[in-house]
Amino acid sequence: MPEALLEAEGLTKRFGGVVASDAIVLAVLPGELHAVIGPNGAGKTSLIGQLAGEIVPDAGHIRFAGRDITALPVWRRSTLGLARSFQITSLFADFTVLDNVALAVQAHVGHSFRFWDKARCAAELRDPAHAALSRVGLGSRAGVIVASLSHGEHRLLEIAMALATRPHMLLLDEPMAGMGPEESARMVGLLRELKRDVTILLIEHDMEAVFALADRITVLVYGRVIATAEPEAIRANAEVRQAYLGDGGLGTGHA
Amino acid sequence: MIARRSPGDFVAAALLFVLLALPPYASLAGNPFLLSVFTRIVILAIAAASLNLLMGYGGMVSFGHAAYIGVGGYVVGILAKEGISSGFVQWPLALAVSALFALAVGALSLRTRGVYFIMITLAFAQMIYYVAVGLARYGGDDGLTIYRRSQFGALIDLSNKTAFYYLCLALLAGCTYLIWRLVNSRFGMVIQGARSNDRRMHSIGFPTFRYRLTCFVISGTLCGLAGALLANHTDFVSPAMMHWTRSGDLIVMVVLGGMGTIFGPLIGTVTLLTLEEALPALISLGARPFMGREAARAGEYWQIVLGPLLLLVVLYARGGIAGLLTGPRRA
Repeated sequence: MPEALLEAEGLTKRFGGVVASDAIVLAVLPGELHAVIGPNGAGKTSLIGQLAGEIVPDAGHIRFAGRDITALPVWRRSTLGLARSFQITSLFADFTVLDNVALAVQAHVGHSFRFWDKARCAAELRDPAHAALSRVGLGSRAGVIVASLSHGEHRLLEIAMALATRPHMLLLDEPMAGMGPEESARMVGLLRELKRDVTILLIEHDMEAVFALADRITVLVYGRVIATAEPEAIRANAEVRQAYLGDGGLGTGHA
Repeated sequence: MIARRSPGDFVAAALLFVLLALPPYASLAGNPFLLSVFTRIVILAIAAASLNLLMGYGGMVSFGHAAYIGVGGYVVGILAKEGISSGFVQWPLALAVSALFALAVGALSLRTRGVYFIMITLAFAQMIYYVAVGLARYGGDDGLTIYRRSQFGALIDLSNKTAFYYLCLALLAGCTYLIWRLVNSRFGMVIQGARSNDRRMHSIGFPTFRYRLTCFVISGTLCGLAGALLANHTDFVSPAMMHWTRSGDLIVMVVLGGMGTIFGPLIGTVTLLTLEEALPALISLGARPFMGREAARAGEYWQIVLGPLLLLVVLYARGGIAGLLTGPRRA
């Protein structure tokens, strides 16, 4: 087994009496698309929060590219190549689409204590931003103010911004949330293409998408990992069926 | 946010023309008071512009910005009292002390958000206010008269009111240009990104604290410059110039003119201060038919008119006067 790119070990987080993460062990291999599924309240978003650095775990370690990042702040993890997208769309609403992505590029081309030259004229920022936008299919929407994008376009922009930071790994928090079937299909196509270049940890409710995309799946129930395996094995796993898929959600589309 | 010719630009150009033409007009009209009023307007417009950089672009509502006017002014006043009148010493020192003060205030207050940030900046301003009250050697509560304006050798004579006015105007233009460059630079993008969504800025890889702190220091320094100018204008410094209501006035100027717009602070300052001068007279005039000789006293209640005016702007013109002129642009 190759060495994991992202590794969580004994990750534990309590919010009051609720155990959001209960000694989670997770290893995402380089190049794979690793999905994390689980019923509502299983602690998926808390897990991504800890991996991205927004939530400090009570115990356990996180390693990324062979380095312990448990104590690193959010922005440092980003500069190491760990990018995330948000479940609740979280963009700079009064900037244009291109501005948003260019800002993400800017974070990774050296410091921003540059007070004089116009940022909007810097090819160093604009070109990679255009490239990231074309990649997610938003190339023609570059000049639009973000607030006037559709929901699906917001989600795509989220991905473009994450891509613009030239990450080694993407943490995607429900990129298909609130999308119609057509938009979902477009996102699945995009993720399938992205996974060739970037390692992806995907949290998603859309089972069809998860089973179509994932190389491996980790099932989380009440903060505990109950299984990690290939999709077929997960489908067949009795414990998983009982704990999570008992309501017939498996393979029938939107959970 | 994208550069475009708008009615607001024409208003700004017209305003600039009025400001440029004011001294000859005032001397032709034989009204030196007018020049004095407008010198004050121009100086406070610098302070408002500095606050706008922080508040309008950076989203950091400092409710203690008058403190920097006070710090800049007191540095000039204290040095003058101690016999150091050279502007080449006074002004750089005024800027440096303002910058240091802003660094200390910013380093602490930027760790908080929202109402707490507002309260901490206010608390620091109150602290420095009482420090000034306690400076017995420098006039304490009564303030300190400056007998000699800053000396710049043969370069410029600040006691020449017209020359001083034009110097203030040039500095206002310089500060406005500087701020325009700043907000469109990479630094400016970070500042505005942090205003819009600080959490997201961290997640795309920006340690925003250091940029916000830098913005805070730049803003405080520019405001300190306004203080040094104001001390020279009034030949006097006192704790009153950094009273918290002065900080409130600055916020009103920025909001009235248009937060996060380049010319908004100038428009706001001109509007507020001209209303302050004109409203009492207008009200007395309007009250004359009803109150006869008592009408003059009605003018004292000019703020009864100003208040609702501000309310209207805040409720119906979120982009301030500059926003009204450019039309809805922000999402």
